[in-house]
Amino acid sequence: MKVLVPVKRVIDFNVKVRVKPDQSGVDLANVKMSMNPFDEIAVEEAVRLKEKGIATEIVAVSIGPAQAQETIRTALAMGADRGVLIQSDADVEPLAVAKLLKAVVAEEQPQIVLMGKQAIDGDNNAVGQMLAALLDWPQATFASKVEVAGDKATVTREVDGGLQTLAVSLPAVVTTDLRLNEPRYASLPNIMKAKKKPIDVKSPGDYGVDVSARLKVLKVTEPPKRQAGIKVNDAADLVAKLRNEAGVL
Amino acid sequence: MAVLVVADHDNTDVRDTTHKTVTAAKALSNDVDVLVVGQGAAAAAQAAARIEGVRKVLHAEGAELGKMIAEAVEAVVTPLMANYDAVLTPASSAGKNFAPRVAAKLDSAPLSDVIQVVDASTFVRPIYAGNALETVQSNEPKKVITVRTTAFKAAGTGGSAAVESIGGADAPKTDFVGEEVVKSDRPELGAARIIVSGGRAMGSSEEFHGVLEPLADKLGAAIGASRAAVDAGYAPNDYQVGQTGKVVAPDLYIAIGISGAIQHLAGMKDSKVIVAINKDADAPIFQVADYGWVTDYKTAVPALMEELSKLGK
Repeated sequence: MKVLVPVKRVIDFNVKVRVKPDQSGVDLANVKMSMNPFDEIAVEEAVRLKEKGIATEIVAVSIGPAQAQETIRTALAMGADRGVLIQSDADVEPLAVAKLLKAVVAEEQPQIVLMGKQAIDGDNNAVGQMLAALLDWPQATFASKVEVAGDKATVTREVDGGLQTLAVSLPAVVTTDLRLNEPRYASLPNIMKAKKKPIDVKSPGDYGVDVSARLKVLKVTEPPKRQAGIKVNDAADLVAKLRNEAGVL
Repeated sequence: MAVLVVADHDNTDVRDTTHKTVTAAKALSNDVDVLVVGQGAAAAAQAAARIEGVRKVLHAEGAELGKMIAEAVEAVVTPLMANYDAVLTPASSAGKNFAPRVAAKLDSAPLSDVIQVVDASTFVRPIYAGNALETVQSNEPKKVITVRTTAFKAAGTGGSAAVESIGGADAPKTDFVGEEVVKSDRPELGAARIIVSGGRAMGSSEEFHGVLEPLADKLGAAIGASRAAVDAGYAPNDYQVGQTGKVVAPDLYIAIGISGAIQHLAGMKDSKVIVAINKDADAPIFQVADYGWVTDYKTAVPALMEELSKLGK
């Protein structure tokens, strides 16, 4: 079966984010960019499905600027077979991303779309669910374990009260949580091989999807800073302060 | 305009997060209805009817609704949206799961994790793990909003809205297989007044539970954990406090052996009072702590227990 893995190019998770002084957004100039960590987990899971002989082909798709090709190359170096870049220099909102992915699904006919539960830039946690809705497919979000057998995927999900296990009929959308796996590092030979794997470059217009923004960002600001307080030296001092000063005991 | 709140509940009662979401909804409209979906959730529907300022409660029953299967919940909510201009739900794991599905069906750009309602079309939400706040305007005719409930005060009780039963729905392509629900007599993380939280410094699962549980019991506190502690297997996943785990804002948060990665701080920095116990004086957690104690938790926690005992705790 074919697996589609959407991957997003985002600011590297180790980079300290700076808000621009004019409040127009976050400063992305000369900042290290990487594959969204949740998407890396999705690529890893797809590659494992292929290694188990369940997946036959892995297609990595990214929606973003020309540089998102690098993100696709990373997925190819990890083990994806080919890539599709839907090039857009403007930021594409989650709903439009879901519509574009729906069009890619119509073209590629995957049995599973495996993707990160959220991108660490917008933190929307929405595209997988919206894609499933647009396709009228079942969804299994926040996966910490995925087993595919026959026409079903059995997915253990991280939920507020603990873990929930669902069996979804394929085709389905599965979104990954942190503990699903530990993504591999691509080896040098695989990085070299990935350079020869094909990437199709398309535009949103090729899919007939309107990607104009529905939401208007009025400003981006820094969150209020919390001030460091005082140091205490022993338990008696701490308990006294919590009781008398803070009034929380 | 009228707005719908989809309740978070445990069948017998609505969770505090529902009261807080009603407060957020009230900033959009005075006509707030609450939808309770579940299995055997009549008591929760009655509890929702007692929330101050609720106009009407809708109650739908179904086995898959009881498990909050997204496809089933969406199938109840979406048709109701003919009568509402917005739907709000807590940004719980269930809310995050079904709300975008509703949004896609309504062709509406969703708003996730809203922390402030500026006006009926303007909202503030955290991005980049809470390192930036985005003020965003939505002119979508049907808005779909998940609410970061720690940012809102709970609506009071004393209301007496009518409860109306409506039809349920199921999810034909999804089967519930099972669940591992952590059973505990301690308060839930999201609702606790005090949280004690442990990090990777604890070194093992035995140490994590052995050190934190007696302290939590003494304080009537919930137990949380950093991502590092959960990844290392010291604590179950539902303990995780952080941007991708639970976002909490208790009166008192005691961080023990937690260094304070940005990801963790995003999940607890709105706590009223933060205490940090860590032997590394340079740990970032001290930059947000009201009371910092640079010491080894191995001696600090027993000493703290003893002092609390003196108070009769």
